[in-house]
Amino acid sequence: MTFAALATTAGLSQTRGFLSPTGVEIAFLLVGLVTFGAAVVTVTTRQLVHAALWLVVALGGLAVEYLLLTAEFIAWVQVLIYVGSVVVLLLFGLMLTKAPIGRSPDADSGNRWAALAVAVASAAALVWVVVDAFRTTWIDLDGPAEGSTEVTGQALFRNWVLPFEALSVLLLAALVGAIVLSRKAKATPTGTASHGPSSGADGPAAAPADGPAAGPASASEGRPSSQEGAR
Amino acid sequence: MHLAYPAVLSALLFCTGLYGVLARRNAILVLMSVELMLNAVNLNLVAFDVWLSKAAEETLHSGQALTLFTIAIAAAEIGIGLAIVLAVHRNRGTSDIDKLRDTAEGHEHDGPDSDGSDSGTPATPATGTAAEKAEATA
Repeated sequence: MTFAALATTAGLSQTRGFLSPTGVEIAFLLVGLVTFGAAVVTVTTRQLVHAALWLVVALGGLAVEYLLLTAEFIAWVQVLIYVGSVVVLLLFGLMLTKAPIGRSPDADSGNRWAALAVAVASAAALVWVVVDAFRTTWIDLDGPAEGSTEVTGQALFRNWVLPFEALSVLLLAALVGAIVLSRKAKATPTGTASHGPSSGADGPAAAPADGPAAGPASASEGRPSSQEGAR
Repeated sequence: MHLAYPAVLSALLFCTGLYGVLARRNAILVLMSVELMLNAVNLNLVAFDVWLSKAAEETLHSGQALTLFTIAIAAAEIGIGLAIVLAVHRNRGTSDIDKLRDTAEGHEHDGPDSDGSDSGTPATPATGTAAEKAEATA
């Protein structure tokens, strides 16, 4: 089926050309240039907060690209989750780690030129392979949208229900893990003091072996196990 | 639309993120670059899903479903990653990944630190800042 589709698209491609781009292609190209430029500024700017704000431009541009590809639901999910929550989380992270507001000259490490060489080499290889592979391939954007909410919802809840439910378990695990990891170290000595006798032998046995410096880590690991024991 | 447009943009975004991961020093900037790489993969998935759903009559929409899963996993990843970065920053006083080399081998200038006992290793490089933070939180 795919082979026949390839044959038909190859046949269709005779009527289309590189030199006569459609309006959608021109819009995709312009938004893509903005997105790529914002991404480059994100990874090269020395002002940390500006990097997060340029990331908003890059992710928003990608949402527009999804809209141009008729993937409407993905576009709004992108706006909601990435622009709405991930960037806010990143800004909070920058704030809580006391990032300098002005220019920070040590934002880039010393292996910048090696990284640039690797990135340029992989970009050249990937672009060459991709252009060579899909030179005669066209996306047919006419007709009903392939990514409307109805189509995506039917595909998701008809064929992908089990991974969808497993994903909720993953999100719950990530939630619990983030709370456990970001708990204040000040609260852990009282926690081990109160949970120490009830949790049995592993708490006192583990603490002297790891030494005083590893105390908060082992204590924070001891908390969930004791909570599970309480359940 | 020609399929090369989204594919090339996706490749360029991925390599931009790759440069960011390799060249950045702040851990949060590295996380931003990881987000860029994940978004490049998402664009590829959506473009190929739209192409295959029309060209090959594919009704499973695996590309869009996997895109949604990738977005959710990226959200979980950024939450866990920021929690780890904040915990490291609280314990060490820095989120500079060039300075977090306790498990590295063969660094001569880090010799006394990395050759010390297990209990002394995390406390030694940032004793001053750790003590300050302990006083500040107490």
